[in-house]
Amino acid sequence: MSAFSSLAEKLQNTFKKLKGKGKLTEKDVQEAMREVRLALLEADVNYKVVKDFTATVKERALGQEVMESLTPAQQVIKIVNEELTALMGGTQSKITLASKPPTIIMLVGLQGAGKTTTAGKLAGYFKRQGRRPLLVACDVYRPAAIKQLEVVGGKLEIPVFSLGERVSPVEIARQAVAHAQNHGNDLVVLDTAGRLHINEELMQELENIKTAVKPHEILLVVDAMTGQDAVSVAESFHQTLGLDGIIMTKLDGDTRGGAALSVKAVTGRPIKFAGMGEKLDALEPFHPDRMASRILGMGDVLTLIEKAQASFDQAKAKEMERKLRQQEFTLEDFLDQLNQMKSMGPLEDILGMLPGLGQAKQLKNLQVDEKELQHVEAIIQSMTPAERRNPEIINGSRKRRIAQGSGTRVQDVNRLLKQFAEARKMMKQLGEMAGAAKKGKKGFKFPLFR
Amino acid sequence: MGFFEKLKAGLAKTRAGFVDKVNTLVTGRTKIDEEFYEELEEILIQSDVGVETTLKLVEQVKASAKERKATSGEEVKDILKEEIENILSAKDSSLNFQEDGLTVIMVVGVNGAGKTTTIGKLAANFKSEGKKVLLAAADTFRAAAIEQLEIWAERSGVELVKHQEGSDPAAVAFDGLKAAQSRQADVLIIDTAGRLQNKKNLMNELNKIFRVLNREASGTPHEVLLVIDATTGQNALSQALVFKEAANVTGIVLTKLDGTAKGGVIIPVADQLQIPVKFVGVGEGIDDLKPFDAKDFVSALFSEEG
Repeated sequence: MSAFSSLAEKLQNTFKKLKGKGKLTEKDVQEAMREVRLALLEADVNYKVVKDFTATVKERALGQEVMESLTPAQQVIKIVNEELTALMGGTQSKITLASKPPTIIMLVGLQGAGKTTTAGKLAGYFKRQGRRPLLVACDVYRPAAIKQLEVVGGKLEIPVFSLGERVSPVEIARQAVAHAQNHGNDLVVLDTAGRLHINEELMQELENIKTAVKPHEILLVVDAMTGQDAVSVAESFHQTLGLDGIIMTKLDGDTRGGAALSVKAVTGRPIKFAGMGEKLDALEPFHPDRMASRILGMGDVLTLIEKAQASFDQAKAKEMERKLRQQEFTLEDFLDQLNQMKSMGPLEDILGMLPGLGQAKQLKNLQVDEKELQHVEAIIQSMTPAERRNPEIINGSRKRRIAQGSGTRVQDVNRLLKQFAEARKMMKQLGEMAGAAKKGKKGFKFPLFR
Repeated sequence: MGFFEKLKAGLAKTRAGFVDKVNTLVTGRTKIDEEFYEELEEILIQSDVGVETTLKLVEQVKASAKERKATSGEEVKDILKEEIENILSAKDSSLNFQEDGLTVIMVVGVNGAGKTTTIGKLAANFKSEGKKVLLAAADTFRAAAIEQLEIWAERSGVELVKHQEGSDPAAVAFDGLKAAQSRQADVLIIDTAGRLQNKKNLMNELNKIFRVLNREASGTPHEVLLVIDATTGQNALSQALVFKEAANVTGIVLTKLDGTAKGGVIIPVADQLQIPVKFVGVGEGIDDLKPFDAKDFVSALFSEEG
């Protein structure tokens, strides 16, 4: 199996050739959407959901101008992530509690999704909030399912209601609710048998339980590793029962969990909780934004984009761009750029947030080292304003003075001057290219540092 | 109902999605163009075949179609069937059964895949063949897992070796092996706890069970079966990869093929990791676990009549 490289990296590659363009063309976006599509499919998001989704993203990407300090790739990722988070819904881990207790929660799902464990976790969650839950064993089919719930209940010190395997689940549910009313349990969690959604007989049974006890919340328990079929499962449970929410389980695995997006898309119901482990307290509120990044396999690139947006002064960037075009870029501006970069936070952090190996290769050549940057700063600050604006005048004796003033060596000063000359040369070329392409109408993006 | 019918019935829903789409796509199609292949791609991806293997398959089909000058959709469909069958039958899917002496089978997988149920069915199968079967309850973690296996053992009338919940699973496996040897059993089947493959310590624990067996009786376990739920998506690849590393998986049991789940993920698993599918579970009954046959599987997947 080939290691899946992250979407961010792929998009970066797609857009590599576009550096300097102010606006994405339809074809560029098309190509980017292909990468987005593949990434989502690799994450098991349902095909149809992916299709609709990429259509939405494409529309937005085409309509938007690329922001000054960002590359088109980042811009597209940002749109993808925003749309994905939006599609996933807000944080809604709330369970509607009945005005007249007990609140009845019914868990349904396929075999092996993790209903019994989740029932225990959910009851435990409410117990910690001071409620008095009752667990109800309605799975009379799977061998030892009742026993499993009893063990789980025992560990959590939560009572378990069961009538054995010979009583119908509908009857068990009905009696359990009465039991809760008589025993002061303000919350009832019904653990039902796992079933195939195409098994009409068993689906009918769930409907009967619903009619008998009128649960306040019917939650579908979905294994996060589910593939394309998640859609039809969610659809038929929703059609038969009218779901109120979803609980994703086994999210502590290494699955990308695209099923979350699929079930949300077809049911329109919020994902309320995420099962994060085998321990009975491993149930967490669901975070749509984190899930979005996870599905995309993107690391923390979004945080980085936000940081960059927050710390780059648009006006300054414009001015810099003008200077570059007119080849007025000086060491002072260089220093300015360094300071802007520093305001984004420690360099290691920034590098850590960058996705993928493609980036790392470039960064290795950059040799960015916090200390080195300090030296660069010191060297520039030890120059006279005339020297900063016009580095050509820096001769041997000036170099010695600068080195002494900044506590560095002449070699360091030389290296900086050389780097700067190269940077300026490169920028000049870029400027000419951009100028030739766009007749100076749209500027190019200058690299952060180099 | 014979197995082939059952498999067909089990796959009816899968076919409803998969084959109907293929059929709609191929019938009456005289022009095989890019659009045709794109739709083919779509169908494969919707069956959980995965992007990489889908692209590869479609490329192969394209090349063969060109080579054989296939012009109708029907011909291309046959080529696709052939390609899938080739992938699925690349490795021997018969069980490594020891004709004389003990055969040790270890069953592994993620949580909820259907390990215990699979073992129940396997035990019943061997028992009906007149074999002496012993089960070892090495899932000492999940609540009531031992009881669940006990019920299966009773149902199929086989013996069970167990410890307390929470005890060392490697010790249970060890005891199981010793008991099987002294009682001269033909088959020992070891149940293990479900574990997500990214849990390092749990995978180490699994590796320890494997090593203990291997140390006590060389050549054992003869089979390590990874149980994969047919509804699983691309994560099955990671499961197969990591479980293979920890416990040298020799075959796959594809369970819950009786839903609408396509189980298509076994195609990339077989293709990329060279692990054969050995059994499929096509129903909830005790005798609904059957040896895997690539030809039957593909035929059932593509068969025309209901």
